Formats: sequence, structure tokens, C-alpha cells
Amino acid sequence: MFVVAAIIALAAAVMVITVKSPVASVLYLIISLLAQSVLYIQLSGLFVAAFLVLIYGGAILVLFLFVIMMLNIRHADLGRDMLAKVKPWGWIFGAALLAEMVWMSMGVSSRMNAVGEDFGSVTAVALLLYGKFVYPFELTSILLLAAIVGAVVMAKRGL
Amino acid sequence: MVPLDYYIILSAFLFVVGVIGVIVSRNLIVMFMGIEIMLNAANLAIMAFSRHLRLMDGHVFVFLVMTVAAAEAAVGLAIIIAVFRGRESVNADALNVMKW
Amino acid sequence: MFDYIFIVPLLPLLGFVINGLWRTRLSKKAVQAVAVAAPGLSFVLSAALFFKLLALDPDQRLVQQTLFSWIPIGSLQLNFAFLLDPLSAVMILVVSGVGFLIHVYSIGYMAHDPGIKRFFIYLNLFMFSMLTLVLADNLILLFIGWEGVGLCSYLLISFWFTKKSATDAGNKAFIVNRIGDFGFLLGGFILFWAAGTLQFTELAAKAPQVFIVGGGAVTAATLLLFFGATGKSAQIPLYIWLPDAMEGPTPVSALIHAATMVTAGVYLLVRLNFLFILAPTTMLVVAIVGCATAFVAATIGLAQNDIKRVLAYSTVSQLGYMMMACGVAAFTAGIFHLMTHAFFKALLFLGSGSVIHAMSNEQDMRRMGGLRQSLPTTYKTFLAGTLAIAGIPLFSGFFSKDEILWQAFSSDHGHVVFWLVGVVTAALTAFYMFRLVYLTFFGEGRYDRHTAEHLHESPKVMTMPLVVLAVLSVVGGWIGIPHVLGGGAWFENFLEPVMASASGAGQEAAGHADVSLEYILMAVAVVLVLASIYAAYNLYVKNPARAGSIRKSLSGLHKAVYNKYWVDEFYGATIVRPVVNGSIFLWKIADVLIIDGIANGLARLVGDMSETFRRMQAGYLRGYLTVFLIGVVLVIGFLVVR
Repeated sequence: MFVVAAIIALAAAVMVITVKSPVASVLYLIISLLAQSVLYIQLSGLFVAAFLVLIYGGAILVLFLFVIMMLNIRHADLGRDMLAKVKPWGWIFGAALLAEMVWMSMGVSSRMNAVGEDFGSVTAVALLLYGKFVYPFELTSILLLAAIVGAVVMAKRGL
Repeated sequence: MVPLDYYIILSAFLFVVGVIGVIVSRNLIVMFMGIEIMLNAANLAIMAFSRHLRLMDGHVFVFLVMTVAAAEAAVGLAIIIAVFRGRESVNADALNVMKW
Repeated sequence: MFDYIFIVPLLPLLGFVINGLWRTRLSKKAVQAVAVAAPGLSFVLSAALFFKLLALDPDQRLVQQTLFSWIPIGSLQLNFAFLLDPLSAVMILVVSGVGFLIHVYSIGYMAHDPGIKRFFIYLNLFMFSMLTLVLADNLILLFIGWEGVGLCSYLLISFWFTKKSATDAGNKAFIVNRIGDFGFLLGGFILFWAAGTLQFTELAAKAPQVFIVGGGAVTAATLLLFFGATGKSAQIPLYIWLPDAMEGPTPVSALIHAATMVTAGVYLLVRLNFLFILAPTTMLVVAIVGCATAFVAATIGLAQNDIKRVLAYSTVSQLGYMMMACGVAAFTAGIFHLMTHAFFKALLFLGSGSVIHAMSNEQDMRRMGGLRQSLPTTYKTFLAGTLAIAGIPLFSGFFSKDEILWQAFSSDHGHVVFWLVGVVTAALTAFYMFRLVYLTFFGEGRYDRHTAEHLHESPKVMTMPLVVLAVLSVVGGWIGIPHVLGGGAWFENFLEPVMASASGAGQEAAGHADVSLEYILMAVAVVLVLASIYAAYNLYVKNPARAGSIRKSLSGLHKAVYNKYWVDEFYGATIVRPVVNGSIFLWKIADVLIIDGIANGLARLVGDMSETFRRMQAGYLRGYLTVFLIGVVLVIGFLVVR
């Protein structure tokens, strides 16, 4: 189960960045997110999995699609690639980063522990959210407010 | 049970894909999506560790990260729209004023 | 009265400053008035000081005046102080007196020159330097005057600086002098190192204890100091600048290169006579060099055609006599000759200037002749000077030169060879001087009509100094008539306290020993001189054609002598050429190629590097991100490896 979901997630992510059409990229990203939510379920993160699909896939990526279509972006409209010479370095160091990270994670212990039934349920998250993490929760709301204001200001014509 | 390493390594792969996506693509939108990929990779790692350590805090953290990602996406897209208005293009290379 | 010693050099300095600063605001007459008054008043003051000094007891005739403490560094205590003793009294009288006369003469000679104000400014600076030199009470203050006269010599030789030959001559003089100065300084350093002081009276007191007779330190120091003196006083090997120095205006030649500056070297030796007495090797070197210089210069003078060149070589030759005198420990004789030489050489130069002025700046004797009638005063005074330099009895030059010759023969440091060469040189001197007189003043005029029309006797302002100097050339020697001829030897007695006791005793002893021998030697010299004069008369007045035929038969010798034995060319090839090539090498390769290459290369390297680094900030977002990624990778890698 894990393997399938993992492969789908990874493949879809790669497709995101390689396809020409931006709309297709968004759709591939949605696929990747779905696969990741499966992985979350496997990790007993029921609430987060749902949240991922709802918020991330439902809101954010829809917003992306919205903007893409509004701006009517096509691949052909893009100009010359000014950084063609630098790209190889990006590949190389990206691979290097990968190697480092893999190397570091090789030593981590293998076995996952068992968890109780309650783990990852909505109740549990809610308890934490309004208990221990109530301050960050409130601050997040302010952050969202700021984001809204910011977005409106940025996109407004004739400020 | 799937070993922890697997999740971490997967997370690493996803993260690097995101990084490369940011650097390689010329389209600002796709670049932005690469950032989202990176965030998700990090989320995956956090979830895996949270499960491993049997602490729920990780879930809350992921929750908050997603919220922030949403806010960030909104603002970022607003910026892209503003840029598009100015430069008539979403080519990342069009934003080249911050130089010597 | 003795508090005013410092005013003697101060007056010309004031003249220099006043004329120098307000040159454009003062009229020509004002500048001249200031410039001529300065040495004049210095002379009056010098005379007053001289008589004051006379009033003192002979053993007490040493006055010091310290102006201020100048260099007090540990054991080196140098003061800006002046020393007045018989030697310096004589020197300031000569310098200021002859200097004053030449200043007066210059009013007439330089009257039409546009740079006349600058001329007087330099002349006053020179007077200040020379007076400081002779009044200094320590070696370093003397050196200041030494350098000062060297500088003024350079300024005045290249006075007409638009002429390349003049500037070349000025450079040559200064550079050759500098070579000598190097020796001077080294000698001074050795003295300080050995004796711990550079003050003359202290040195004189310490010298017998500190230096071993004939020892290494004192010989080295005196040889080096003598080397410096050869530069200033134009002896072999550093005499080459003086003939070229004739490029300067004639009053300059008279003042600096006849009467005063060139005598600085002789003065140095006499002032430090107590040191030289302790170094017999050096004395021998000095005597040989002086003798050789006297002879060689005289031979070169025989064949020169430029009137000033003849006089220049004559100066070198006479300075050789003075050096030879010092070398045989006849220091008073050397100073005596210095004084008389100042009189008659200045006279000869000024007279030649008068001739040149009258001949519309013609200096070649082959184009002169028969000027006796047109320039009577000039002729008469010039003749007086010539008789003096030739050593005709009763004239000043006779007494001084004869004294030197006698000492060369009889002194403890003397030798018959010195006397012989000296006598032959005297004959040669008489010959070339009278050749000059005959070619210039006698016979038919060989000049063109244009010159003939402008021929005129010089104005009073020029002829008056000539007359005064002519009188001095005659009577100036009478203060030094030796005992053997019935005189009071007053001059030697006056200077005796300054000289180390060895020389004084030697003189007296020798004088009493062989009176008849002295008469004989004197007579021999006089006879030879008269014979030379007659020979010159024969060749240049009665039978001019014979001169040409003699020249042809001795053509090799004549060529050698006429070309100054090619010494300048020799120096040029062996010293100047390599130095110039060396400096061209250093310039082109070491400096331009290597050093500039490195400096410019570094700059270019920085530029190139920054060009490269500049590209990292091209403004492209993705570029920045790439670099960011690289950095992250490296940091993580570092942590991983650790």
C-alpha cells in the first residue's frame, strides 16, 4: 500500500514540474496530494489527511487554477530562458542534497511503534489545538487576516 | 508496519523534486507549485515522526503549516498577478531588476 | 663686537630672502642695490671683526659664537655655531671682499640680461652658503655651506637654462660634486665614530689621543674627506666639471670657480690640518694628486682656444698647487696662495668677461687680437693679473707660489720631485697665460667688421673692480713676504696658531737651514718663467706661423692635450654609460615591466574577479535560488561530515 501511494506521489510531483501546460501541472499536484493523504491515513493521521484534501487540494490549488485561467498563461508566452547555463548546477546540487538527506536518514531506527485507537482522530487534534496550542491557533487567525488584506492590496488595480 | 526510514526517504525525494522544480521552471506559477511540494514533503516527515514518537503535537503542527501555506499561496498569487500586470509575463526571468 | 659674527653670513641671506620674495615688486635697481649692499656690508663687518681679532693676544685669537643648539642627540651635540680665528677671518675677508667686487661688476655685465634679478638672488644665496662654510665651527654646519655652494653652483652654471650645454654642465657639476660629498660624509662619520665629536676645537684637542699616527681610522677619514675636497676643488679625479662650468656667466666663473667655492676643498684640509698631520699616507696622496693635477691641467690649458677654458684649466692647476702645499704640510702657504689666487684669478676672469662683452660675446681667442688699443683698462689690469699668476717677482703670485715651491722642496713631507714638477708647471703656466694675452691683446685683429663696430671699453662699473683687483694682485702678496727676502712673514705668523705645531716648526726650521738654497731655487723658477714668456712671445707675436708648424709636428701630442686626454670620454664610457644603462634597465624592466606589471596586474585581477562575481547578482531570482541551494548543500554536507 505504502509503495503504491509513494510511487504515485513521487511520480505526480515530477510530472508537476515537467509538463508544459500550467493547468496540467496543477492537476498533477492534486493527484500527488491525494496520494500523500493516503500516506497520512496509513500514519493514523485521519484528521490531517482530510484536512489536506479539503484545504490544500480544495482551496489552494483551486485558487491556483483560478489565477492561471484568469491570466491566461500559456507555455509559449514565456520568453527566453536566461538561466539555461545555471540549470545544470541546479540538477547537480539537487542530487547532492538528495544524497545528503538520504545518507542522514539511513541510520534512523526502523520499526514504527503501535499507537492507540484515538491517535490522530479529530477529537485528539481538537483537544490539543484548543488546549496546548491555543495561542498559535489564535495567531494563525490573525495571520490569515493579514494574508487576506495583503492579497487584496497586492492585486488591486490603481492603489 | 512500514519502517520510518521509508517515509523519511520519500519525504527527502519529494523535497528535492520541489527544489528542482523551483529552480528549473521558468513559469512563476510552476515555481510556486514547487514550493507547495516542498511544504508537503516536510509535512510528511513531521507526520511520520509524530506517529513514531506517539505524540499528537505533530498533527497540530501540520495543521498550522497548512494554514500558513494557504495564506502564503493567497498572497503569493496576488503578487504574481501584480507582476503580470507590470511585466505582461510570468517568466521568472522577467524579474531581474535587483542586480548590481 | 664678537656677538655680531653671525651677521656676516646673515646679510647675504637677507638679501637672498628679500630679493627672492619680492622679486617682482622691486625694481631692477632696488634688487641690485640690496644684492650688492649685502656682501659689501659683510665685508665691512668682516674687516671690523678682523681688527678686533688682531687686538687680541695671539694665543687667544679664537672666538666662538653659538646661535642655538641644533642637533642634540645623545653624544652628538651639534650647535649652530660660528668660529672666528685667524683662518676664518682671512677667509671671510677674501670671500666677502672679492664677492663684493664681483657683485659690483655684475651690475654692468648682466645689465642686458632678462634674468638679472634671478642672478643676484642666486649670488646672494651663494655668498651666504660660502660664508657659513668658512665660519662653521663644526663639520656638519660646514657641510651645509658645502652643499649650499654646490647648489648655487648648479643654479648659476645653468643660469641660461634654455641652452642644453648649460644645463648639462650644471648637472655635471652637481653630480660630480655629489660623488665627492659622499666621500666627505663617510669621512665625517668615521671621525665621529672615532672621536665622538665633530666640533673643530674639540676635535683638535682630542685628535692626538684618539688617533694613532698613520693609523687606519684617521687615514681612512682623511682620505675620504680629501676625496670630497677633490670634488669641490676640482682635483683629479673629479675635476671634469670645472671646464664645463664655464657655460655660466663670467661673473659666476670668477666668483665661484676661481675665488671662492673651489677653494672650499683647500679650506677643509687646512681647517682639519691637525688630522691630516696624523696621517702621513694621506698627506702623500694629497701632495701627489695636487702635483699631478697642477701639471696635467696646465698641459691641457696650453692648447685650448676658448679664453674661459684656458682660465678654467688654470684654476684647476693652481688649485693643484694649493693641494700640494697642504700635502707637504705647508698649510699657511696653501692659504696664502688661495688668497692671492682669489685676487688675480677673479681679476683674470672678470677681465676676460670684459673682453667677451666688448667682442659681442665672442669667446674664441683665434678670433681676437690687437685689443690692446681698444680696451686699455682691461688690458692693463689683465696684464697685472697675468704677471701675478705667472709668478713674476714683486707680484702677489710670486710670493705665494714661491712659498709653496720652497715648502715642496724642503718640508719634512716634501720631495724634490714635487718641486721639479711644480717649477715646470709654473713655466707652463706662464706660457699659456702669456699665450692668452698675446693672442687676445696683441697682433692684428682677427675679428670681423660687425664685431669691430661694437668694440668698446667696458663701463666704469665693470672696470672699477678690475682696477681694485689689479692693485690687490700686486700688493696682496706683500703681507706674506718671507724672512729670506727681508719680509716679516706676517701672514704666516698670523695663521700659525691655527696650524698644528708640527707644520709651524717645520717651516721655521727649514727656513733657517738653507737660505742660499732657497735663493737658488727661487732664481731657477724665475728664470724658467721668463724663458716661457719669451717663448710665448716668439710663437704668438713675432712668428705666428711657427706656432702652426709646431702644432703640426707635435700633432699627436697636441691632439691628446686639446682633447683633454679624453678623460671625459673615458668617464663616460666606463662610469656614465653603465649607470645610464643600468637605470634604463631598472626603469624599463624592473619598474615598468615587473612592478607596474604586478600592480596593474593585481588591479586587473581584482577587476576580472569582480566581473565574474558581478554575474552572480544578475538579478535573476532563479540564479539566487541556485546559489542558495548550493550554500545549503554545502552547510548540510559540512554537518554530515562532522
